[in-house]
Parts: sequence; structure tokens; C-alpha cells
Amino acid sequence: MSRFVYADNAATTRLSETALSAMLPWLQEGFGNPSSVYRLGRAARRALDEARETVAAAIGAKPDEIFFTGSGTEADNWAIRGVAEILGQKGRHIITTAIEHHAVDHTVKDLEKHGFDVTYLPVDEYGHISLDDLRATIRSDTILITVMFANNEIGTIYPIREIGAIARENGILFHTDAVQAVGHIPVDVTAMEIDLMSLSAHKFRGPKGIGALYVRKGVRLPSFITGGAQERGKRSGTENVAGICGMAAALEESVQTLAASSAKIEALRDKLIAGLLQIPRTQLTGDPVNRLPGSASFVFECVEGEAMILLLDAAGIAASSGSACSSGSLDPSHVLLAIGLPHEIAHGSVRLSLGEENTEADVDYILETLPNIVEKLRAMSPLWEEA
Amino acid sequence: MYSEKVMDHFANPRNVGELENANGIGQVGNPKCGDVMKIYMYIKDGVIQDVRFKTYGCGAAIATSSISTELVKGKTIEEALDISNRAVTEALDGLPREKLHCSVLAEEGIRSAIADYYRRQGIDPEPIMGCALNCAECH
Ligand SMILES: Cc1ncc(COP(=O)(O)O)c(C=O)c1O
Repeated sequence: MSRFVYADNAATTRLSETALSAMLPWLQEGFGNPSSVYRLGRAARRALDEARETVAAAIGAKPDEIFFTGSGTEADNWAIRGVAEILGQKGRHIITTAIEHHAVDHTVKDLEKHGFDVTYLPVDEYGHISLDDLRATIRSDTILITVMFANNEIGTIYPIREIGAIARENGILFHTDAVQAVGHIPVDVTAMEIDLMSLSAHKFRGPKGIGALYVRKGVRLPSFITGGAQERGKRSGTENVAGICGMAAALEESVQTLAASSAKIEALRDKLIAGLLQIPRTQLTGDPVNRLPGSASFVFECVEGEAMILLLDAAGIAASSGSACSSGSLDPSHVLLAIGLPHEIAHGSVRLSLGEENTEADVDYILETLPNIVEKLRAMSPLWEEA
Repeated sequence: MYSEKVMDHFANPRNVGELENANGIGQVGNPKCGDVMKIYMYIKDGVIQDVRFKTYGCGAAIATSSISTELVKGKTIEEALDISNRAVTEALDGLPREKLHCSVLAEEGIRSAIADYYRRQGIDPEPIMGCALNCAECH
């Protein structure tokens, strides 16, 4: 059982060598505080400035539009709570979707408790919202539209440019959680008319615990963390210099190699999807065409997701599931329910997410292994005999 | 998060399958909730002579089903009815908190098979064991 296949790149990725080398100096001899005026501090400051330029360039932004945060979750919180704070007097209506990551979903739900009115746009079987629905939902007191760039569970990519245009036409701020998109598909905040965008380094082979919020110049956002005035007074706390440098290096590399690597990953993904759809009573979840290059997500009838994940793990394959048992809650994932899957089918979800380190041999190994696991569990499932 | 015992019973479940000569069959749980346990017993002279199960559910649901078949095999009906969800949990060296409901499923599975046995014998199970319960709602 020496074989190990990591197929959970949507959960997190392995730190790239490039990112690691960009980080090490700042964990070792370059340990200075970027706010210090002496040479050691100035070197760290310069590294921060360069990293900011790199991150900005990778998404079509300007350096002073990038604010580093402690995670993608923090960036989501800051964007949404910040707009609510600044514009709460002007309006109380926020538009989002039924399939956001919890970092957005739980944040707007919290705002509901504070008197904000949130519209959750419904989605179709592929997880898509209707742009007509979006237009029809806009009110005179709408202050924010927040729609994710690509979905973490089902891989569906959203028409961000069109949504950005609708928001801009109506003079409404547009935030997108691009945590799954950045470094994997082309993202350009200017062309796509994005006002606020969340990024997270560990999804594109940077380190964990570092993210960024893009804030378009001219968009006012309150300070999120008060203190020593780091990040131009908006997000205090001594900067995670190594993390930021690792993030910038990883992002630069991902964007430079994006075209080639996404073509390679897509080919592996398509082989994986075609192979697994051979299993009877199996469905692909999410948009079959407009989906993240590495994302292959499924539901298998009459078997439960966590059981599959544990048996995959025993075979050396790391994957994840949106079943209730995997999330520790009673209901399967809100995303799987929102695309119209009944509870009993949503419990049988498995997500395999490939990255640039995966090989065809990995895909072949998954294709040798997972069908047997499904068969084994179905053989002991009382639902399968009834079916 | 799972004990070695849970992983062992999950990966190598004991007494899986159906029992041709079963005279007590119980099914509990609900596919909507993500777990269903079906348990087959052959009871003779007041003793559970043989037992099999089939379970749809997570690792803990399969492991609790497996261990509960081991716990009831060879026991009298009275002894089997005394097996609590806590006893099931303890036999597995514990379960994560959010999985404790799986041990309730196993306890209910045992009771439901015995109730079915009584009914097939023309005996009303309720006065003997109280409500045989088959929960429709998620735990
Ligand atoms: C779509 C999406 N948003 C936000 C997050 C949270 O990012 P982080 O782990 O950096 O907090 C994730 C990943 O977990 C994600 O997939």
C-alpha cells in the first residue's frame, strides 16, 4: 500500500518549490519587521512591496488595490461586512447565491441577524444562476452583489464578466470569492468589472493562512483589524512576510504556466470523468463544460460519501465528500441540495480534484480503485437491493 | 477521528449479508438521513442463533452495525434487548460525538428485528419491549 494519490487539490495544494524558496529567506536571516526603519526591516518591506506588485499583476490590478489577509475566509468577511458597514445607511439589500462557500454564506447569514435583507439566487442543475433572475432581484436599496467565481464543490465556473457588467450598470458593488479560480483559470479584475475579490494562497500551491482582498481603487472599505496600521491602516498586524512572498511566487508561477497546465489537467479530469461515469447510477455534479480544470465531482446512488472516502484513503487516495457524515452536520452540503439533488443522493457525493502534480497513472489508479469501492459498499447496502 | 476498532469493523465488517432462514428482520433509519440498517436474525429457543446485516451509511454506521451483530449473536432475546447504544459505543472503544447517533441506529436495529420476530410468532411485542420504534426523523 505504498501508493499515494492526492486528489483533493480543491481542499488545499502542496506548497510549490518556487513558493518554498521564496519564503525561506524571510523565515531565516530576513526576519526583520517590515515596519522597522533599519536595513533588516527595509529588506522585508521591499519584499512585501514586490510581492504586492506580483499579486496585482497576476489579476490585472494595481499594487495599491491589494490588501493581504490571513485567509480567503478573512477576505470574504472583510469585503462583505465592510460594504455592509459603509453602505448600511444607504441600503440593506445584498444579493448572493444559494451555492456560496460558507465563508460567504455564513457571513451574509450573520448580517441577516443585523437587519440586512439577503436574496439567495437559486441555481439550476449545473449550479448556474440566471442572469435575468439577478437583474430582476436588484432593488433600489441593493448595496452588494456577491457571487463566487467558481464553485469549490461542483467545479462550476460563473459568468463573472456578465455579472460584473450588470452590477456596474446598476451602480452596485460586486464582490467575488475567487478562491477556487485564481491561478487555475484566467482572472482579470479590470476587464471583468470586479470591485472586490477574495484570494487564498493555499489553493494555488502557496502556503496556508495567507490570502488577499482586491479592493478596486475608489471603493471605500473600513479597517478590518485596528492596531499598528499595517496594510495602509486597513488590516493591522505585523505582516506575514514569508507567507506573502510565498503567495506571490506561487501565484506568479501558476499564472505563467496556466495555459499549459490547465490543458494537461483538463485532459486527466476528462478521462477520470468518462471512466467513473461508467459506474451505473452515477452522476457528474456541476457544469460538464464550464468547470474548473481539476474538478471531477460525482454522486453515486445507494452509497454514502464518507464510507467511500475512508475506503479510498485505505487505498491511498485522498478525496473528499459533501455528505452529512463528512461535514459533521445532519444535512448533506447546501450546494448539492441547491442543485436539486435529493438528500439520499447528495449523501453519496465524492469530489476528486486534480492538480498539476497528478499523472495519468494516478487517474488510472483511481479508475481501478473507486469502482470496486462503490461495488463493495453497494453489495452491503440495503438500498441497492431494493433498487 | 475513529478508533482502530471502528476502522477494523468498517473495513472488515462481520456478518454482512442476508440470512435465508431469518425469522426476525428489522430495518431502521432513513436514506434521507444518510443511514439505513437492515438486520436479519434467526432465533430459536429464545436465543439469537445467527445474524446478518446490510447497512447504507458512513463508516460509523457500518462499524456499529457490524459490532452489534457480534454483540447479539448467541445471546438470549432478553440479553439482546438489554444492549444499549452505550454498550455498542463502548464495544467500539468510543465514537466521535457527532457519530453517536449511529450507535442508536444499531440499538434500534436489534430491537426492530426482535419485534418482527415476536410479531411473526403472533405475539404483540409492545407489552414486552415497549415501542419498537422506527425513527422517521433524522437523529
Ligand atoms: C470558494 C472558497 N472560498 C473560501 C475558502 C476559504 O479559504 P481559506 O481556506 O483561505 O480561508 C475556500 C477554501 O476553503 C473556498 O473554496
